[in-house]
Amino acid sequence: MNRWLPFEWIAAVRFLREGRLQTLFIIGGIAIGVAVIVFMSAMLAGLEANFIKRVLTSQPQIQLLTPDQIARPLRNEKGVIEDAVVQRPSQRVISIDQWPKIRAQMLAMPDVTAVSPTISGSVLAIRGDASRAVTLSGIEPESYFKIVKIPEYIAAGEPRLTSDDIIIGIELAKDLGASVGDKLNVQAASGANRVLTITGLVDLGNKGVNQRAAYAALRTAQSLLAMVGGVTTIDMTVQDIYAAEDIAQRIQASTVVRADSWIKTNAQFFTAVRAQETSNTLIRLFVGLSVAFGIAAVLIVSVIQRSKEIGILRAMGTSRGQILRVFLLQGGVLGFVGSLFGAAMGAGALIYWHAVARQADGSELFPLILERRLFVLTALLATITGLLAATAPALRAAKLDPVVAIRG
Amino acid sequence: MADEILRLEKVCKAYNVGLATETEVLHDIDLEVDRGEFVALIGPSGSGKSTLLNIVGLLDRPSSGRLTIKGEDTAALGDTELTHLRGHTIGFVFQYHLLISAFTAKENVMMPILVDRGFPSADIEQRALQLLQQVGLEKFANNLATNMSGGQQQRVAVARALAMNPDLVLADEPTGNLDTKSADAVFELMRQVNRDSGTSFLLVTHNLDLARRCDRIIEVVDGRIQP
Repeated sequence: MNRWLPFEWIAAVRFLREGRLQTLFIIGGIAIGVAVIVFMSAMLAGLEANFIKRVLTSQPQIQLLTPDQIARPLRNEKGVIEDAVVQRPSQRVISIDQWPKIRAQMLAMPDVTAVSPTISGSVLAIRGDASRAVTLSGIEPESYFKIVKIPEYIAAGEPRLTSDDIIIGIELAKDLGASVGDKLNVQAASGANRVLTITGLVDLGNKGVNQRAAYAALRTAQSLLAMVGGVTTIDMTVQDIYAAEDIAQRIQASTVVRADSWIKTNAQFFTAVRAQETSNTLIRLFVGLSVAFGIAAVLIVSVIQRSKEIGILRAMGTSRGQILRVFLLQGGVLGFVGSLFGAAMGAGALIYWHAVARQADGSELFPLILERRLFVLTALLATITGLLAATAPALRAAKLDPVVAIRG
Repeated sequence: MADEILRLEKVCKAYNVGLATETEVLHDIDLEVDRGEFVALIGPSGSGKSTLLNIVGLLDRPSSGRLTIKGEDTAALGDTELTHLRGHTIGFVFQYHLLISAFTAKENVMMPILVDRGFPSADIEQRALQLLQQVGLEKFANNLATNMSGGQQQRVAVARALAMNPDLVLADEPTGNLDTKSADAVFELMRQVNRDSGTSFLLVTHNLDLARRCDRIIEVVDGRIQP
């Protein structure tokens, strides 16, 4: 007997050890449950982190746009509109009114980490006989690269944008038969045109985007799109990506611009993440419940099997509280030991699955995130589950009438 | 009056009180046991011997009447106090289900002290070994309870009953399940302890031969003590 352990611990551990097969099976059951929870949680967290990283490094978290242009029909009298049908006006590309002031306002907000004015419009990229309609984004590289990590997506060349440079998507380069260092004639709808040098090719992970993406310096694009000094959007990043929508709404309320957050523009993705989280939570809950019922069932059987021994213990002066603790402890020990095995199994499965499961391009499906917190939390939760599950059997044991128990 | 361990005055025990099935098992029991007495309790099956023993052992409460242990009236005591008094004053030896199977012989003997103090210690272990020696089983100290014969288990149970130095040992047919030779050995052991340490014994038995070797015989028939 270990001198440092109190009676309750000694009895709990002995009872569990004596119940060999029963104990082994229930620990196995708990371990499998815990392994499922650990595996699912870590994999989902990894998938989500991966996806969010991809989404958020290839697009701004909040984008400020010009407000919609609306028709203002003449009115005869107050409230009376003459025309029955008011046609929506075509949306000209126009600059954000007083954008430097808005940028300064945004920079002054504590949640905002980066602000970058951008101009974008449609142009034709022409090389020899080939021409493609592309979306030209005029950017300030030093601020824009903090928002969209173009340098990370460069497939060839370098992320350099002086006034005569252009970075284009790899699919566009293929269509035009161009590569780094080639000249590209860029022509705007207004007729303005410039010859720019391709300094880099980007792969943003989406074929359609790669076919249309083109980046030039802000001033170059402004002159091409005939909007000198103007910008069409202001792109931003914020500290807490999940607060983006709230911040966007605050901005919209306090300025004249329209503010779209990544949460709104990626609503489908968000719904998918939420659905996954909900199903994950439900699965965890039900796995936890079935583990709890398993523990309770085993302990109830143990109480019935040992009722005579419990009676004898009570006869020799063991208090109800002591008996209660002996069985509570058994539940806790089962939960804890099961969670240790389960965590090891879950981690093993994660490492294996991480090695085996690949994305189409051969990169990892999800980053291997083995946080200590997850394991500590799971062990803690399993122990508490064990204790709770043991409550009913322990109360039953404590309430046993020694006379009845001994008589059997 | 000699040094009195136990006194019952007009103790009754009824089950299902107030119901149509109300049955009174014990009627107006008056009983005294003095320190150092070795008393046999005999009577036919169903006469109320075991109920009487449970009441004396504070496992059950009387329906009416007074139960005094070492001069203390037990009626006023709560469950916790009863448990404490039981642990410190009374030792039990049962007919079946003698030892706790998850523990060794020595640990079974240590158990009442362990339960009382909370933590094991060297002196508890010493005490257990000494008791096992007294019952002649020191060699089996580390045997699991299940690896011993019935007679050996019962001797361990006697050692366990003595662990807390109780004033009174209650034995419910301790030899009922043993062959004559083992039964004799267990009985002699208890007699020996009684003589050496002055512990009182209240022994329920069917064995008239053993009963005759006790200091006093009390016969219970239909819930009453026969004069």
